[in-house]
Parts: sequence; C-alpha cells; structure tokens
Amino acid sequence: MTRHTLSVLVEDKPGVLARVAGLFSRRGFNIESLAVGRTEYPDISRMTIVVSVDELPLEQVTKQLNKLINVIKIVELEPTASVQRQLVLIKVRADATVRSQVLETVQLFRAKVVDVSPEAVTIEATGTSEKLDALLRMLEPYGLREIVQSGMVAIGRGARSITATAVR
Amino acid sequence: MTSAPSRQASEPSSPRPGPRPKPAPPTGAPIRVTGAQSLVRSLEAVGCEVVFGIPGGTILPAYDPLLDSTKVRHILVRHEQGAGHAATGYAQATGKVGVCMATSGPGATNLVTPLADANMDSVPVVAITGQQSRPLIGTDAFQEADICGITMPITKHNMLVTDASEIPRAIAEAFHIAATGRPGPVLVDIPKDVLQEQTSFSWPPDLRLPGYRPTTRPHGKQVREAAKLIVNARKPVLYVGGGVIKADASAELLRLAEDTGIPVVTTLMARGAFPDSHQQHLGMPGMHGTVAAVAAMQKSDLLIALGARFDDRVTGQLGSFAPDAQIIHADIDPAEISKNRRADVPIVGDCKEIITELIDAVRAERETTKKVDLTPWWDTLSSLRETFPLGYDWPEDGTLSPQFVIERIGALSPADTIYTAGVGQHQMWAAQFVKYEHPRTWINSGGLGTMGFAVPAAMGIKAGEPDRTVWAIDGDGCFQMTNQELATCAIENLPVKIAVINNGNLGMVRQWQTLFYGERYSNTDLGTHKHRIPDFKLLAEALGCAGLRAESREEVDEVIAKALEINDRPVVVDFVVGKDAQVWPMVAAGTGNSEIMAARGIRPLFDEDL
Repeated sequence: MTRHTLSVLVEDKPGVLARVAGLFSRRGFNIESLAVGRTEYPDISRMTIVVSVDELPLEQVTKQLNKLINVIKIVELEPTASVQRQLVLIKVRADATVRSQVLETVQLFRAKVVDVSPEAVTIEATGTSEKLDALLRMLEPYGLREIVQSGMVAIGRGARSITATAVR
Repeated sequence: MTSAPSRQASEPSSPRPGPRPKPAPPTGAPIRVTGAQSLVRSLEAVGCEVVFGIPGGTILPAYDPLLDSTKVRHILVRHEQGAGHAATGYAQATGKVGVCMATSGPGATNLVTPLADANMDSVPVVAITGQQSRPLIGTDAFQEADICGITMPITKHNMLVTDASEIPRAIAEAFHIAATGRPGPVLVDIPKDVLQEQTSFSWPPDLRLPGYRPTTRPHGKQVREAAKLIVNARKPVLYVGGGVIKADASAELLRLAEDTGIPVVTTLMARGAFPDSHQQHLGMPGMHGTVAAVAAMQKSDLLIALGARFDDRVTGQLGSFAPDAQIIHADIDPAEISKNRRADVPIVGDCKEIITELIDAVRAERETTKKVDLTPWWDTLSSLRETFPLGYDWPEDGTLSPQFVIERIGALSPADTIYTAGVGQHQMWAAQFVKYEHPRTWINSGGLGTMGFAVPAAMGIKAGEPDRTVWAIDGDGCFQMTNQELATCAIENLPVKIAVINNGNLGMVRQWQTLFYGERYSNTDLGTHKHRIPDFKLLAEALGCAGLRAESREEVDEVIAKALEINDRPVVVDFVVGKDAQVWPMVAAGTGNSEIMAARGIRPLFDEDL
C-alpha cells in the first residue's frame, strides 16, 4: 500500500465532514490524517486527506467521494509536485540541566520554543511527517510529556490553483 | 440511466376534489406563506402528483395546506415502510419521482428500509420528514432522530432545512438530484418550527449544486473503441441492466441488437428492457438465470455491459466470471465502472445516448471491417437453449406447482399488466416464468432484496398507472410483513391483485436448508399450511379485499380469471402450493458460474470447449 494525499474541495455545509469520513470507513479505508480549513472562497472548504491504499481501491474511493453532492473537486497531490506540511506541538521534560541541549535540537530543526516552565519547554515545529518524526526521535530521550499533531496540509507547486479551476 | 426531469408531467392526471381550491401563484412573484405552504406549493410546482405518507407531530404543519392542494393527492398509508415502497413502485412504473412523507423519529426511521431499497436499485424517490423544532434538535427531544445521519449511507443525498426561505430550493434540488444522473433517493428533513415560520415563496428557485454535474454525453472516442471491439468479436453478449430501463433506452437497445445480431441477456433489474419473445434474447443471467444466458457470458469474448453493475448475483465468483471476455462497460455512474470487473472500454454517460451513438459507430465501423460470422456462436447458444430450457417438474406429492401458477398468471393477464414481487422463490419464478415484453412491467427489489416489497409497491404502481392491471406475486412470508397496506388500497380505490404463492414456508431459505444444511429445517415453517394461520382469504376480506383460494391445478385458471374480473376492490388469491418446489437453474453462492446446475444434480458440461 502506498500513501496518497487527496486535496478535496467541498461546499462549506453542515455534515460534509461526516459524509466524507463516513464514506471512508464504510468502504473500509482508514484515514491517516485529515485537515479541514477555509479557502479563499467563503463557501468552499478544503479537506486534505492522507490515506494508505493501493491504486485500484484509491480510484474507487475517489469516484465514490466524487459522487457526494457536496464534494466539488478532488485532486491527488504527488509528494514531488506539492508542498506538504504538518504542525506539531511538543511538550518536552527539560529542567535547567538539559534545557540548553533541548534548545540546540530545536535550533537544528528550525523549530521554535513557544512556552517555558521550570520543568518543561513546549516546542512548535512544522514540516513533512518525516522531519517531524526525526525531531520527535531526537527529543524522546528527554521525555515527551505531550504531543499534539495537526493533519497534513498540502498545496501544489507552481502557479496553478486548484480552487480557481474548480470554481471557474 | 435517465437524466430527463421533463418526464415530470406538468398537468396532474388525477386531481383530487378539494373543498378550497387555490390558484398557483404566478411564476416568480414572491408571496407571503408559511414554511408548510411553501413546501406544498413547491411540491405542486415540481410536478408531484401523489404523496404516500402518515402525519405525526412534527410534520403536522405540512398536512394542513396539503388538505387544500388540488394538485397533490395524499395517500394515507398504514406504515411508513409502505409509503416508501409505494413511492418506489410509483417511480419505477411511471419514470417520475416517487414521494413519501413521514413524521420525525419512528416515522422517519420506518423509511430506512425503503430508502436503502431505492438506493440499491437507483430509484428516484424523495422522502420528506418532519424534524423536531430547531431549539430542540440535539436534546433527545420526543420523537427526535438524526434521520440525516441515519440515512447518510443509504441515500443519494439528504438535507436538513434550517430556514423556511430555503424550502423551495431544497425541494427543487431534491427532485433534480433524485431524477438525474444515476437516480436515487433524497431525504429532506424539515424542523417543525421551520414549517410554521412565515416566509416568502417564489418559483423557480436557483439550484446551487456546484459539486453535482452528472455526465450524460458519452465520450466519442470511447464509443468508437467500443464499436471496434463489437464488430470484431466472435462471441459477444449484450449484458443489459436496469440502467437501460431507467434511461428509457429499450427502443435503441432493440435496434443495436438487431443491427448486430448479438445475443442479449437481461438482469433481474432489466427484465422487460428487451422482449422475452425476441429470438436473440437468452433470458436472465445470474444465480437463477437460464443456462444459456449464464453460459453465453461465461464463454463470451466480449461483454457489452449497458447500465449494469456486475453484481455478485450475476457474476458468481468474480475471479472465474467470463474469463475470456473483454469488457465494454457503459454506465452513467463512473464509480460503477471497473468497481468489480476491470473495463477495457469504459463509457460514462446516459444509456440512451450511448446506445444511440453506438448504433452509428458500429455502422460506420462495419464499412471498413470484414463482418464476423456469428453463426458458430449462435449454434452453441441455440443448442444450450434447447437442451436446457427453463422448466419445472410437478411436485411428486400431488401438490400445486408454484411455477405453474405464476406461468398461468402471466399467460392470462392483459399484455400491459405490471408485475411486482416480494423476495425469494416466488420472485425468481416471477422473473423466469412471466414473459416480459415491455420495460417497466417488472418491478422488484433487486439489490437490497426486501421481503415485503410487493404489496406496498403494487399500491404505488396502481396509483401511478390506474388503468393497468397490477399483479403482486408475493410469498406467504413476504405477504405477512406488509399486507396492512391492503387496507389503504381498499379505501383509496387502488384495486391491486395479490397472488400469495403460499408454500407455508420461507421458501428460499428452506431451499438452501434442503441443499446446504442437510434438510434441517430450522425456523422456516410459517404454519400457514399446518394451522392455516392466518387464513389469507379471511384476512383479505377483513382488509376490504376480495379473498380467493386455489389449491389444485384445475382451480388455477378459473381463480385467475375471477381475480382479473374484480376491479372494484383489491383481490388476494391464496395459491396453496407445494413446499418442496425449488428454483432452478442455480449457481450456488460462492461458486463460479461454470458450476451452474440446470436442476438438482444436473450440471451442464461447460468444460467441453464450446
């Protein structure tokens, strides 16, 4: 199975998320990551869905998604032709003895500290899931108190806009 | 499948005499009304003639203006499931959108089965349900159910109307979505306080469906590719599904078939799409299809699937289905194409347009291609058809043969009779032994397999086609699930005819117990023979119908003739038949189609090279 990123434009209406999520579970697919947010058009939201499936079932689930009345457009974003980012907030155990080492790791990953207390620091980092995994591996020895991770968001490279072609 | 909302007649055919007729508002000019009045005016404007339903707390506001409507006839059913199947029967018979109405909570949940049924069989149905008032939604209020959530996976679309001004658009969109593209059920849930609110009504509303653009015109290149395969195939088969009926494409199909000389099979949902009397018709494929139809598909080198979906009851074990066939798959729903079997030539579009273009493309292709002689193919198929015709044996115990009864009903009834059925043995026999010549004369529950479909569906068919004979071929098990609607039929002057093929058992389940469970009959004897409970003749009379009974071969024709003569009320005929009759041919579940048994223990030798 391979990982696919789907950028799904939907009407901003109540219940749309339930329809999309229900369709995935009903047809036996597991959503790895899901992010929902606004677009530059007030009536249109975007769902970025990461799912691990083979090519043929992916085609079927895409077609089924397309049948939902509130789904306007679906584009699969290839990793090489798109920018894909996740955001993670990490609370790491870090007292005075190790704090400078933790901060060094934060620097290396171009992450930033958003909160400090005597026992812990909270770090904000964005990147691909691979980069964030690497950061977490580096911080793990200090003790991870809590991790909060967003869904993946992605945008195609170049000048083309998915939304612009969809509403035209 | 169809994309012709124009079938919605603008002139109502059977206006109900009402005490206070009101003229429709001039198009476009907004007028002040309540949400409920807006709903009824919207239904009138969209061409709805009949609503099947039951009032209750939250839908009550809508029933008040409904009393005044001279265009919309409301038929008060006895159970909401009946309303749903009636809407389905009406839609299948007329090609229009069927409408049912129910209150919130249990009223709405009783619609779940018919909505799932309509969804599986792609039937254009609009369900309108009352909902608790907006401030109470989500508080577990009395008769509150999240019907949009519940029906999400079993409707083409559904919507909760949260503002009275949205009602005309919601109704217009619901009818448009239900009837176009691949048809299907749409549910519109309206809170009580939205129905009571003051609003303005104007028609027509704008449809706002940016994500809904069904493809109806086929791609020219795909059609030419298909034509190339068709003229070069040595063993082609036209695999016709229900989509051909929904697209009203029977005339085009006949032309394509006769132009090419290709054998035709019609699925359970497509019976009547191609005349049974036609020499090129091999019958129904699938689990209980004819040997010739099943064999033709198995041995084919080209399946031309038109509005069909490669259902497991047709393909048997998918891996061994039609192993040598290339596939042309034409359907209006792109998600059906290559879902179960990979298509070599996919064509997305309306079947009527596709077949029309195919006819021309095949003719053009023929001018440059040497004609393939289909005689050897026809020789093989004709010999199979002659060796393994559809047939049945009379029960050894001297009881009445159910197949005979059904065959006689088909033979004695007028040519334009519409048949419906429940689900089980009697359904398969009705599909096999009644000869269908026209589309929309066979209406059944194919995909969901809903026992109890027949009586309410017959009611809906009769409401849509009041001048035609409507026969429901039902089983004694099915009949006991929904026969309460006969009271509706009797009171609303819908004189349907019900043939209860009464074998005293859940016949199809019993057949499987005979074949696969060592004749251990666990909970299939209904006692309708042993105890004569209920007595269907007396039950019929209690429900305001004529009750008749036939128990021997001699009585059959006479009783059918009598049933055909009674047209002032519904008729129920209790045909007491043997319990051991079985449906043959049969492809056992989970096996390949080459394992088809023509009758118990008789397997055509498919392994021989045909």
